[in-house]
Amino acid sequence: MAKYAPRLNSLEDLQAIKDAFLAETEKYRHTVIVCGGTGCVSAHCADVLSALKKQYSVRGLRDEVRIVESGCIGLCALGPTVVVEPEGVFYCNMTPERIVQVVDKHLIGGNIILDYTFLDEKTGEHIPYMKDIPFFHDQIKIALRNCGAIDYDSIEEYISRDGYFGFAKAVNELGRTGVYEELKASGLRGRGGAGFPTGVKWESGYNQPGEQKYIVCNADEGDPGAYMDRSILEGDPHSVIEGMLLGGYTIGANKGYVYVRAEYPIAVERLSEAIETARAFGLLGENILGSGFSFDIEIRIGAGAFVCGEETALLNSIEGKRGEPRQKPPFPFQKGLFGCPTIINNVETLANVPVIIVRGAEWFASYGVGRSKGTKVFALAGDIKYSGIVEVPMGIRMGDIVFTIGGGIKDGKPFKAVQTGGPSGGCLTKDHLDVSVDYESLSAMGAIMGSGGMIVMDENTCMVDTARYFMDFVQDESCGHCVPCRVGTKRLLEILQRIVSGRGEVSDLDRLEKMALTIKDTAMCGLGQTAPNPLLTTLKYFRDEYEAHVIHKTCPAHVCKDMITYVIDPEKCRGCTLCARQCPVSAITGSVKEPHVIDSEKCTRCGTCISNCKFGAIMIK
Amino acid sequence: MIELTINGRKIQAPDDSTIMQAAELGGIKIPSLCKYKDIHAIGSCRVCVVEVEGARNLQASCVVKARNGMVVHTNSPRVREARRVIYDLLISDHPKECMSCARNRTCELQELGFTLDILETRLTGQQREKNIDRTPAITRDSTKCILCRRCVTTCRDIQKVGAISAQNRGFNSFIGSALGLPLGSTNCSMCGQCTKVCPTGALIATSSMETVWQALENPNVHVVVQTAPAVRAALGEPFGIPMGTSVTGKMVSALRLMGFDKVFDTDFAADLTIMEEGTELLERLTAAVSGEKVTLPMITSCSPGWIKHCEHAWPKELDHLSTCKSPHTMQGALIKSYYAEREGIDPKDIFVVSVMPCTAKKYEIERPEMQNGGYPNVDAVITTRELVRMIKVAGIDFAALEDDDFDAPLGLSTGAGVIFGVTGGVMEAALRTVYFLVTGRKLPFDGLHVTPIVGFDKIKTASIKLENVLPEYSAFEGVEVKIAVTSGLEGADILMKEVSEGTSPYHFIEIMGCPGGCIAGGGQPRTEREDYRILRAKALYTEDEAKALRMSHENPDIQKVYAEYLGRPCGEMSHHLLHTTYTPRGNFNEYLPAD
Repeated sequence: MAKYAPRLNSLEDLQAIKDAFLAETEKYRHTVIVCGGTGCVSAHCADVLSALKKQYSVRGLRDEVRIVESGCIGLCALGPTVVVEPEGVFYCNMTPERIVQVVDKHLIGGNIILDYTFLDEKTGEHIPYMKDIPFFHDQIKIALRNCGAIDYDSIEEYISRDGYFGFAKAVNELGRTGVYEELKASGLRGRGGAGFPTGVKWESGYNQPGEQKYIVCNADEGDPGAYMDRSILEGDPHSVIEGMLLGGYTIGANKGYVYVRAEYPIAVERLSEAIETARAFGLLGENILGSGFSFDIEIRIGAGAFVCGEETALLNSIEGKRGEPRQKPPFPFQKGLFGCPTIINNVETLANVPVIIVRGAEWFASYGVGRSKGTKVFALAGDIKYSGIVEVPMGIRMGDIVFTIGGGIKDGKPFKAVQTGGPSGGCLTKDHLDVSVDYESLSAMGAIMGSGGMIVMDENTCMVDTARYFMDFVQDESCGHCVPCRVGTKRLLEILQRIVSGRGEVSDLDRLEKMALTIKDTAMCGLGQTAPNPLLTTLKYFRDEYEAHVIHKTCPAHVCKDMITYVIDPEKCRGCTLCARQCPVSAITGSVKEPHVIDSEKCTRCGTCISNCKFGAIMIK
Repeated sequence: MIELTINGRKIQAPDDSTIMQAAELGGIKIPSLCKYKDIHAIGSCRVCVVEVEGARNLQASCVVKARNGMVVHTNSPRVREARRVIYDLLISDHPKECMSCARNRTCELQELGFTLDILETRLTGQQREKNIDRTPAITRDSTKCILCRRCVTTCRDIQKVGAISAQNRGFNSFIGSALGLPLGSTNCSMCGQCTKVCPTGALIATSSMETVWQALENPNVHVVVQTAPAVRAALGEPFGIPMGTSVTGKMVSALRLMGFDKVFDTDFAADLTIMEEGTELLERLTAAVSGEKVTLPMITSCSPGWIKHCEHAWPKELDHLSTCKSPHTMQGALIKSYYAEREGIDPKDIFVVSVMPCTAKKYEIERPEMQNGGYPNVDAVITTRELVRMIKVAGIDFAALEDDDFDAPLGLSTGAGVIFGVTGGVMEAALRTVYFLVTGRKLPFDGLHVTPIVGFDKIKTASIKLENVLPEYSAFEGVEVKIAVTSGLEGADILMKEVSEGTSPYHFIEIMGCPGGCIAGGGQPRTEREDYRILRAKALYTEDEAKALRMSHENPDIQKVYAEYLGRPCGEMSHHLLHTTYTPRGNFNEYLPAD
């Protein structure tokens, strides 16, 4: 929290804060950034931080070293992570013991502890500097410009990096129309999934008549494995506040809502505190920076229904109604929250806006490709080596994200597919690794950019089972309003369940496709219209796997339990009895030093025996 | 006006039309299911999807607005296939019990299958588990529910009660009441408006037909039937008689043919109600003008749906309600006392059946207050729709019947009793008598109709100045009696808010639970005609105007029942038989003590 809270009344006041902060931090020899993203919090970064604080006090470094708890640095797989500036040394898998050594040897002794830095498994060498690590090397951080780099709790530090200067520029130079013109020129499109041009949206909001208007930040991030928005809210909440401030100023709204799910307690806490601080500094409230413009923000916490990420369902939920989509048109910019003109933007979109205003449309548009300008944040997850948050320029090769940045597949297994766009997205294959990651190219493949979930799958993934998983998710999360989504996804799921349990028929494939296309064609909202995408793309790109399931009743990836049996190779089995002792259902019998046998009637295909066998004697057939 | 092309035809439509409305103007019918008149269009069933050139997806024509230059196809192969898949999905989770369903041949889902020419269904899968929630008035079978939410709109947006809503998600979605309670434990008013809009058998009035058949077949039981005013205004419709025709005489004939021992008219009890309620009003007004503390406005109590709602929503204002029972329970009380004594029949052998336009009356007769001498005032209530079924079961050619007359002594009524069935009617009937009693003159309105309170506005008000009053009512000289009339529970709440805040300017308020009054009651035949309330009201006003006697106190049989049995209005005997008490309730039917 800010220790003092001067009310800022002008650009000059803002500049004074920036100058004071830079002067204050100049005196430090080092800045140690400890990642405080949710991933690192789960990995006990708090212990690392307190050990660091204790040690630097003990060693009398208070005046020489600045400690910062930041938001997500990105490489979540190796958390807790720590960066020592100004050198930019990246330490991973930190523990309290290790950080004590970093204080002693690096901060005091001036020697980088190479063993604690990033290990490049390809070369077997450690890479100490962040900028040299492949995961970071190809990233361009615009939306994440401050995330993992600053103290999320310090409004001064945000200001020192030109924070709130975007708003000052808007009110002092650009004016309301100037803001949306700048955004239109920048080519920024909605990062929540649909990719609607933000400048055009804001222009519609500006042009829409109405005494009361609202700006809403959609932070209801619900795709499994995706946490881009959470990372921004946790790591750089002021960028979202400033983005909303600019939106409010442009369209003429005096009130903003952030709709965020209850499952994001850290994000809610940090955003709430940032809002309080912004109010104390006069950056929210009446007559902001002496502009005559007043604006405030309220947080609304959702209960975590996936459908509430759909903008009109979200509006219903804010209003206290059941979270179900509304018919469009009227669009929210015409008739939105409480019947008033409302502009809804995703977290990442809003985080992009301030820096575009400060640095200009041309700068932003210099990144990206075609109609997809700038960068996109992705959450890498699944069977990828370096899972985490990355921001890449639009137009990057899919393969570069997976193999260069993400380090490829875990345990060196072959790559099979990448799923983008969450439950509404699609699965792409190794044939698509050269695809340019941008709105148009992904849509053309049947996938979507979506909000930025990217789940990588290795060869041990059954694509039919993957389609079943996503169908299970959407049918569970369907709001139940319209028939195609409510009943259709259930029937698709039932067919998929039948197929993965070995009871599928060849005719099921046509049935699936036909019904899926009707659901796409007739469902009321985006959730229903995109619900069949994972099914349709896997049917298209992995039809041989479906056919193996329905014709040969086999699961090529050995995942579908009803279609596999576990057998012990008598040649390899040494009769150690370990598997028999570990089997939870006593399906394995055999005498000591004699080959064992699995009773496949009893066997539940849990895999315990395989993971415990020291001789590789157990196989799946 | 806009112009668009539908199926190759140029069609002009008003600016704000939906695609479906525009198509209808061009004579093209688009099949639909969840939509209901102008009150409910939420695009949930997707049956009405059409192809709009330039749009990526099919569009729900009930909610998407037509635009100038739009090119629409309502019957393309893509549209037909989509509708078939949707229909298949719908019935894949619907019990195939059509032959034994209360809505057989009146079910809109069944009808839709015919319209879409469905000859095979291909989809199977999990179905919802059977779950029947039965109250005395309404029976819900959620397995037959297609989640069109007409009932939710009716209950929440029209009646503003909100006893039921959509719950849960995905395939597990269902329409239910708060906390998973049975409907009977909630603040449901039992008005039954939901049963009129439900397209399937998911919401029906709880049947009493079997009980009535059994009584009719029992030679030891004297079965007496009475019919509410509104029944005659709608009973002919399902038999092909034009809407707006009163079928009183045929109805009496049919009931006789069915074997009822006596056919009485609840209109008689309506006249009786005016005597009691009018007297009660005069008593309260007399006290008021003489400066005594008295509860005003007084509010009518004929509508049991309204009464239950009042007990839930306004439990502190129950003193405003007239203590009169509803007319049919008054009649039942008289049948089992006055009539029983006169005819020498043991009341235990009498079975009273009320034919009502109402579902709430099924609930009402089970209230503990509605009995005298250990006998329920009324033994069974059947709705107009149930009477239609019974007439058909009995093989009666209703349209061909001759007219017949009600039995004496509880069958004679004045025009005032007839108009009880329409909003404003009770008030008008009361004013006809009260004004006459106080001034000795007839109401100064053309045809005795109090024009400001005739019609279907939500809130209707009037004031009547009492001048040149009779000597015994001299205290009323120059008093302006202010009245208000509403029908539907939304209007009731608007007026009751003023009452509870002490700002209500009225002396007397008429409230009927169903929008339009009993002619549009929850037990009446279903119709999608926009003008059905107007036509049914016309039937009642016509019958009223044709009567020789138009004021309740003129009814000679009413005078006789007071002379022979009751003594005087609001006297001791009346209070015993004809008046009742009310129970404060909260959000739930049963009183739940606070922790």
